[in-house]
Amino acid sequence: MTDAGRHPRIKLMTLSEVIDVKGYVGNFEVKILKRARYVSEKDCTACGECAKVCPVVRPDEFNEGLSSRKAVYSPFPQAVPSAYVINIKECLGHNPVVCAKCSEVCEKKCINFHMSDEEVVEKVGSIVVATGLEPYDPKELDEYSYTRFENVLSSTEFERLVSAGGPSKGELIRPSDRKIPKSVGFVQCVGSRSARKGGEYCSNICCMNTIKSTLVLKEHYPDIEIKVFYIDIRAFGKGFEDLYRKSRSLGVRFIRGLPGTVVENGDSGIRVAVENTASGKIVCHDLDMLVLAVGLQPSKTTKKLQEILGLQLSPDGYFLEAHPKLQPVDSATKGVYFAGCAEGPKDIKESVTQGSASAARAIRLMHRGEIVSEPATAEVDPEKCKACGKCVEVCPYGAISADPKRKIQAQITQAACSGCGTCAAECPFDAIIMNHFTDQQIGSQVETLLAEQPESKILAFACNWCSYAGADYAGVSRLQYPPNVRLIRTMCSGRVDESFIWDAFAKGAPIVLVSGCHIGDCHYNGANLWTQKRIERIRKKMSKIGVRPERLQLEWISAAEGVRFARVMEGLEKLRRQVSPEEIAETVRILSEKAQ
Amino acid sequence: MKKSALQQGEAPRIGVYICHCGLNIARTVDCPKVAELSAAIPDVIVSRDVQYACSEPGQQSIKEDIFEHGLNRVVIASCSPRLHEPTFRQMIESAGLNPYLLEMANLREHCSWVHINEPEAATAKALDLVRMAVARARSLEPLQGSIIPLTKRTLVIGGGIAGIQSALDLADNGFEVVLVEKKPSIGGQMARLDKTFPTMDCSI
Repeated sequence: MTDAGRHPRIKLMTLSEVIDVKGYVGNFEVKILKRARYVSEKDCTACGECAKVCPVVRPDEFNEGLSSRKAVYSPFPQAVPSAYVINIKECLGHNPVVCAKCSEVCEKKCINFHMSDEEVVEKVGSIVVATGLEPYDPKELDEYSYTRFENVLSSTEFERLVSAGGPSKGELIRPSDRKIPKSVGFVQCVGSRSARKGGEYCSNICCMNTIKSTLVLKEHYPDIEIKVFYIDIRAFGKGFEDLYRKSRSLGVRFIRGLPGTVVENGDSGIRVAVENTASGKIVCHDLDMLVLAVGLQPSKTTKKLQEILGLQLSPDGYFLEAHPKLQPVDSATKGVYFAGCAEGPKDIKESVTQGSASAARAIRLMHRGEIVSEPATAEVDPEKCKACGKCVEVCPYGAISADPKRKIQAQITQAACSGCGTCAAECPFDAIIMNHFTDQQIGSQVETLLAEQPESKILAFACNWCSYAGADYAGVSRLQYPPNVRLIRTMCSGRVDESFIWDAFAKGAPIVLVSGCHIGDCHYNGANLWTQKRIERIRKKMSKIGVRPERLQLEWISAAEGVRFARVMEGLEKLRRQVSPEEIAETVRILSEKAQ
Repeated sequence: MKKSALQQGEAPRIGVYICHCGLNIARTVDCPKVAELSAAIPDVIVSRDVQYACSEPGQQSIKEDIFEHGLNRVVIASCSPRLHEPTFRQMIESAGLNPYLLEMANLREHCSWVHINEPEAATAKALDLVRMAVARARSLEPLQGSIIPLTKRTLVIGGGIAGIQSALDLADNGFEVVLVEKKPSIGGQMARLDKTFPTMDCSI
């Protein structure tokens, strides 16, 4: 911490939040809101005289409200920067008549009530998102009586109680009577692995955190009785099993089963009824204190930052990495990386690993001082562009600018373009060329595929990241499906131009499939939403002109869904069998008439 | 606007390579037959079946063809491009071709492995996939990325242990860092822990 605070190349901005990001890989412009501290960071020596005279007493967040602080305070003794801070909402005000006692006693005159929030713009080439986590709030899990009984604590509160720097100087005391408990129970998976409340996922750290706590307790109070109620103990990391074994050898009891009821008995004790799923018996346990091992949740800032940076989230609400195995700290947006719990629950070692990994990835990008752009990007044909602005509307990266009012033609920032091809598909004037996936290149594939016996074949467009990969996965899994399917790969389903589909039907295709990533999983920032709209639009037109809309199918198939891919292909073959040669001939006739 | 190779008056000269992938493809797809029939596709100058296109001798034989026959497009019908497209792009680049003048047909994941019991239909599909790849290859154009300047500076959002580690590694490597933290102090969750597993020592 202190290293980061004094490093000459690290500009530390606390009380600050990113409020806007413009630009693209290598050239981001970041707007940061820096809130006023009201104490000079430079001059404050953290002598603490100000806090002594401050009359406002508030619960101390750092200690989970188990102790108090003043309105002018140091967040915790080792804080970096070490300067005090005023919570201006709690402060009585700078009117000397009202208070201003702190500013009177501060010898160095560090306190300045006239400081104001400011917006700072920083230029950077890469961004590391390390927004961390939020411990689960057990209030909603009423069955554990967290809100009713004082001696039911969350693991974060427990942590502060056993901390040498905590409110009780490391002495574990019961909140109700300040006595040292003789018995402590731990409930695992509070807010984790539950379809009902909290997260469905395993929070990764709570088993080991509890085991750590049992060891700390046994070290301080060898005779204390400890029971851990669990579903599974996950001691999977290096050295973890040793700690688990040590805990058990010290007499900590691990009971497989979570409490059904938690009640108070007599002397502020806690009685929990637990079905031991190993023995099948329901047993009541009397404890002096119950600790809820709370799970982890995504940081509250995740959603906002996702929008600002155009990132994606996985279903559990954490940031989605570019590839779960091979690019674990990359985001789908070039130049943006993840570290720590922003990407999913993880322990300190893993967070540190990802911190280093994200730095290495950023350095890999930046070290040359320049980057070579991916050339498979979109390009505007100035002879055809009518400055309508449609491409600007559909680009998921804000990479295109145009001004319909002033008739300024579209311009694409190559570095910001990721090559999804949605603009090329949506341009009403065919004025956008998607390099490496041009109309001609894809059109020639369609034409060749349907050159002979088109009625026997199924044309399927598949996006590179999900559906094509799903087909690969079906192959790796040796899943068998009808051999008349022919895939055409595009980077994104957003590239599948309306004209490709009409062309295919005009050339006698019985069935056309467009497939892409599931909604929310698109590798191009939701470009597949445009695919969806487009397919709906084409289907409507099909009905209107007398072509059965069922002949155009849209499916979302992920890279992991090999089985689903094979099943979809079987479904398509069934549909194809329902398309008669007469129906195809009729479609070809309708479309050739329309073309004239 | 980039001028395509074709517009520059160069006729496509395409080499087609049907990979056996040992028996992975060849057990189901009649590779020699596909290679033979592919030779008849317009603009195809050479068409061969190879044991392993990705192996060193496989790549070498393709490179030799590029030099000898003056090929300007290459179609490799083998495994998924998601696997070996980078390999073959590098190979044709080392033979003096623009890497974007490569096209692949997926005869393994999308054909032989998924139609194991239908060798004839699989062979017919393989030929179709090769024809489609050749059609696409004909209109492929050389592409070149452009060089963009870059700010050698990183924004780290979040001053917990992950963000601190990232910032320090970057800064120690000579890069400037802006470390943004919404709380009044960095340290995050870890600063609130007394002892940490697996070392059981203090966190700060």
